[in-house]
Amino acid sequence: MGPIDLAQVQAELDARHDRDLYLHLETTTGSYTALGPEKLPPVIAFVRNATVRFDRAMVTGEGPYRVGLKLHGGWVYAQGLTDYTVNERGELLLAGHDAEGNLRVALQLSERPFRE
Amino acid sequence: MSILPPPPERIDHLVEGMTLLDPSAEDGLLVVLPHPDDESFSSGGTMALASDAGVPVTYLCGTYGDMGRRMGSPFFATRESMRDVRERELAEACEILGARYELLGMRDRMVEFEDRREVAGRVREVIERLAPSTVITFYPGHAVHPDHDAMGLATKLAVEGLTKRKPQLLGVAVGDRQQLRALLGPPHVAVDIRSVRQRKLDALRAHRSQTEMMFLRWAKQLEEDEQTKAFRQEMLTVERFYRLNGVVGPSG
Ligand SMILES: [Zn+2]
Repeated sequence: MGPIDLAQVQAELDARHDRDLYLHLETTTGSYTALGPEKLPPVIAFVRNATVRFDRAMVTGEGPYRVGLKLHGGWVYAQGLTDYTVNERGELLLAGHDAEGNLRVALQLSERPFRE
Repeated sequence: MSILPPPPERIDHLVEGMTLLDPSAEDGLLVVLPHPDDESFSSGGTMALASDAGVPVTYLCGTYGDMGRRMGSPFFATRESMRDVRERELAEACEILGARYELLGMRDRMVEFEDRREVAGRVREVIERLAPSTVITFYPGHAVHPDHDAMGLATKLAVEGLTKRKPQLLGVAVGDRQQLRALLGPPHVAVDIRSVRQRKLDALRAHRSQTEMMFLRWAKQLEEDEQTKAFRQEMLTVERFYRLNGVVGPSG
């Protein structure tokens, strides 16, 4: 996984349009924020292996980047993306990391279900 | 720069009012926690002391820890490679601690949403098969992470459901020390781990994706406050547990 290259990520998104895909979408503060100095409750959400199909997809911004997928009847959105890879299973993995390497947001698309 | 401080000569103040447990006198030790690395943080020293004495030690790990946000520093794992990365790290840590491990294979963060009785049943099967004299888990309701609480509860239910010999059940509490003491009193049982502190440290280091940042911070000692130093010194000196047998709490 390395820094997002807008043209390459756009090409990866375009190559996946109008097909049934499995989505992993996630945002996380981590589980231990309540132990930090500000005692904030954790905020975590994820969807894994929901199926989506999009007409249009775009990656944009100056970094960290945003991705929007226009579905047949809805949207998928992620902000704060910094890095990407296409792994050995052909899955497009987009992630946003903080300065220490912690994951903050992830948007992933696969033609096969992600491992349960 | 070594991050291993010399062990304190006296530990009386750290174990006041607690029963000292000698892991080498156990007939078998089973640790049941949800994440790879929970075992090293909470009871790595206890596990090493037991296995050094020939006591069979097993870590029953609930999940692959594959929804963690720590990916290494700098990051080297992805959400999808996390599962294999963390199982490899777990295998290495368990080898250092002299333990074997088994995985229940639940999804990280989802333990509390599984059928509680089914999870308890799976834990019970392992306890019946291995017949340990002591089982260590999280103190349900006092372990911060929902997976910790759920795994602790399932393990407590598993032990309560045993029809034959029940092992001693020890609970790890997590969070603000003072708050925990106000709620629960001091821990009941303490293990002196000074002689195996390097092993505990090595096991923690084996969980590289999760602990790399912590070690980087520890290495920059100048930035550390007294509280952090005291925490590190304590976690490499004693491991403390609450007895959970007979504790009334959340149940099935
Ligand atoms: Zn944990």
